[in-house]
Amino acid sequence: MEIRDELKYSEDHEWILVEEGIATIGISDFAQDAMGDVVFVELPEVGSNIDAGKTFGVVESVKAVSDLYAPVSGEVVEVNEGLPDAPDSVNSSPYDDAWMVKIKLSDAAQVEALMDAEAYRSCIAEQ
Amino acid sequence: MNRIGTRGLILKEKLIFEHSDPGRKGYSLPALDVPPSTLPEELSRLEIEGFPEVSEVDVVRHFTRLSTWNYGVDTGFYPLGSCTMKYNPKVNEVVARLPGLAGCHPHTPERLSQGALGMMYDLQVALAELSGFDAVTLQPAAGAHGELAGMLMIRAWHEAQGSSRKKVLIPDTAHGTNPATAALCGYDVVPIASGDSGVLTAETVAAHMNEDVAALMITNPNTLGIYEADIRKICEIVHEGGGLVYCDGANFNAVMGIARPGDAGVDVMHFNLHKTFATPHGGGGPGSGPVGINKKLIPYLPKPVVVREGEKYRLDYDRLESIGRLRSFYGNFGIMLRAWAYILTMGGEGLKQVSEMAVLNANYIRARLEETYHLPYKNRSLHEAVFSDKNLGGGCHTLDLAKRLIDYGYHPPTVYFPLVVQGAIMIEPTETESMEVLDEFCDAMLAIAEEAENNPELLLEAPSVTALSRLDETAAARKPVLRYRAEA
Repeated sequence: MEIRDELKYSEDHEWILVEEGIATIGISDFAQDAMGDVVFVELPEVGSNIDAGKTFGVVESVKAVSDLYAPVSGEVVEVNEGLPDAPDSVNSSPYDDAWMVKIKLSDAAQVEALMDAEAYRSCIAEQ
Repeated sequence: MNRIGTRGLILKEKLIFEHSDPGRKGYSLPALDVPPSTLPEELSRLEIEGFPEVSEVDVVRHFTRLSTWNYGVDTGFYPLGSCTMKYNPKVNEVVARLPGLAGCHPHTPERLSQGALGMMYDLQVALAELSGFDAVTLQPAAGAHGELAGMLMIRAWHEAQGSSRKKVLIPDTAHGTNPATAALCGYDVVPIASGDSGVLTAETVAAHMNEDVAALMITNPNTLGIYEADIRKICEIVHEGGGLVYCDGANFNAVMGIARPGDAGVDVMHFNLHKTFATPHGGGGPGSGPVGINKKLIPYLPKPVVVREGEKYRLDYDRLESIGRLRSFYGNFGIMLRAWAYILTMGGEGLKQVSEMAVLNANYIRARLEETYHLPYKNRSLHEAVFSDKNLGGGCHTLDLAKRLIDYGYHPPTVYFPLVVQGAIMIEPTETESMEVLDEFCDAMLAIAEEAENNPELLLEAPSVTALSRLDETAAARKPVLRYRAEA
């Protein structure tokens, strides 16, 4: 189970990387492992706004369909266009190839409320 | 142990296109003795490319062989949790095929279809009596369609009060269609965590209730098979806050004749005739999802409404506040007939026994398996039991257990649902199974748990006695082949 130290994590198992006010979001290695083989990904449109705690997309695996919950709020500035055609990369490369959206943060303080790698490790240890 | 599944004479079968032989045909027609009618050239074609050319016996054998690969509730035990795969008595089919009913045209004038309208009226009354509601519509063509009808009536009621509430509360133990219905009716869904007990408490509802909440959608018994015992208090809290309560009645099978949701304060509930009242499931066939409502929602019922005036029945279209028509004509009449036949053959006491036996059977399975299989929610459950794969050895998971059950001759249970249980195994035996069947199934489940410990490849490679072994479901979903092409 890979948990990267440089990322922040949400209780819904999304990871987030903030660089110069732009947050890149994906799902964690734990999440992809729990879901099983991912077969479909649906992402929001560039220019749309996503709200913390609300759904912004869908990931479907052979087991179940799961909503993606936004860890922070902001405007979508870029989506991983290639991901819907390569859903398997969510399993093989959750932190790199399978990044999902980049958003312009509307409230940087929301990032501080997320878990760091250590807190996330103990969060999933309980599950 | 005695396994039902054996390697029998399972015939391979090609695609119908692969049976094709140029020039072969399954008909012979007499010579044309009238002038041929002529179609405009652009509308006619002399040949259909790639159409299978086969004889009658080729077609009959093809589809008969394919049918032997099928598995249904008439073949064997079908413990598909949440779906209530009970046996459908054949007398219901006889009733639905009576010529006067089967041949009744929906345009038949009211004065000539009094029997059909009377049956619909009586079914409405019986469903209202069983559930404690003031009125019932039979129009919706399935459970989710009933949810839509119910939530549209709730929205119409709020609009009539001049309120524009935007939110619907839904616990995580509700059926998966509930959030979709709320969203389709224009509401924002607020998910509520049910907590460790698997039961929604009045306190939790109170904490989420505010003046922006239009309704709570609750499934009772919930999708863990647990009765929402706080339902009365929950309804009071929602009503005091100005909202309404929708109950998903898909699990009504567990409480029929024992508890009436209308009496507990629920405002709207749909029935699934195919789950509770033994009408056939799917097979592409029609469903039926009648909706029971509290009297304050009567003005909004879908129209037409079957009404009784003295000794006569008629269809009432004159309803200005109705949410409108939801289905062509009056709903799936043939399914209503089967449900009505079922209600009459069982009788009131019989329907109560149905629920008692459904609960007893599920708890028998729970008791026999709970020492071996992990049971995440210990609360007393009703008509189904939800296990997880936590105790399964040998690196085996829920999916492997499900596939191995096929080798033992059973349709697998519902797996990976509800989502609140990791690796869920959801078993619902229904009331129609004997103790012998339940014991054989439990023996199989226990034998598989042992295999997982000692011989896990039996699970990991299952099924082994089927015409096709483990399929690559991931590849099928990622790269689906949806169309036959001869050159492929």
